[in-house]
Amino acid sequence: MIRSEILREIAPILRDQLVVCNIGLPSQELHMIDDNAKNFYMLGTMGLSSSIGLGLALAQDKTVISIDGDGSVLTNLGTLPTIANNVADNYILLIIDNGSYGSTGDQPTYAGKKTKLEKVAEACGCENVVVCQDVDTGKVLQAAIDSKKMTVIVVKCDSGNIKLPVITMDPVVIRHRFMEAVKA
Amino acid sequence: MNIDKKIADDLVANDVSFVTTVPCKQLAGVIEEIENRDDMFHIPANKEDEGMGLCAGAFMGGKRPAIIMQNTAIGVTINTLATLTQYYRMPLPMIISFRGELREPVACQVEMAVHTKALLAQLNIPTYHFHWQKDVEEFDNILKYTFMCNKPVAILTDANFWGGYGDQ
Repeated sequence: MIRSEILREIAPILRDQLVVCNIGLPSQELHMIDDNAKNFYMLGTMGLSSSIGLGLALAQDKTVISIDGDGSVLTNLGTLPTIANNVADNYILLIIDNGSYGSTGDQPTYAGKKTKLEKVAEACGCENVVVCQDVDTGKVLQAAIDSKKMTVIVVKCDSGNIKLPVITMDPVVIRHRFMEAVKA
Repeated sequence: MNIDKKIADDLVANDVSFVTTVPCKQLAGVIEEIENRDDMFHIPANKEDEGMGLCAGAFMGGKRPAIIMQNTAIGVTINTLATLTQYYRMPLPMIISFRGELREPVACQVEMAVHTKALLAQLNIPTYHFHWQKDVEEFDNILKYTFMCNKPVAILTDANFWGGYGDQ
């Protein structure tokens, strides 16, 4: 499965949670599959999905899922010790690990070579790190939500993209709509 | 006047409850003050752009955030300031130690100091420079201004403000 297929499959699970979605194609795919007020789309700033999600989880009680990619986590690797040392049990970091920089033309990442992000996360002190295959993402994600324990999920999947339009929503509208959903 | 305590008091008075920091020798006192306060959550960041991401999330979660960092961080965070904090119109008081200014002992710090105000000006970030201890009296107004206009705002605090480097 490729990332867009995974997102389509887990959309019914994501719909009930606050979601911070990574820049580029992941946000465009989620926007196309199931646009709603509980989605925060990143239009810029590669690497900060996990940080924004953690800050949000620490600031309020609702479950927060940060959808990230292996390339973006590598960009902001310092996020993993911060996550590990500031436990928010309403926080799930979902890393879609396709071993490539999808939004820029599928150039390979080091996570697709020797580097194992799950081991990095564990070495950083993250206590609940789950590795799964693409077809099991929904089951693993639902279990993480139900566990009410901060969880890092690394989903191994194929690289590949679908053609779709950019998000034209104004960023302030995205943010305002999202904040209203956080408060609701 | 204890400026560490004054800064922390003003943050609390303005309902700032989520503070991320990347340390600096000059900022050690205020960071310790924040760490010891029950009314503020202190979360150290490994890099300043990561810290701004944390602050963005906290803001959307209903908390008023602030970041404490060195001026070298302006070089690290330009993209984040432009495409996250400013683009989504979020408030962020940035309490910045202005290394490389008067009474600075480390020559290399001057190399970013000479760019600091120009970069902030290029980003249209409202910028205040605390040089004398009494300048801290403006801090409360700056915080109110920041959360009024929903912008990142820089407060540059130089070595003279902090009382120099002692025996360094």
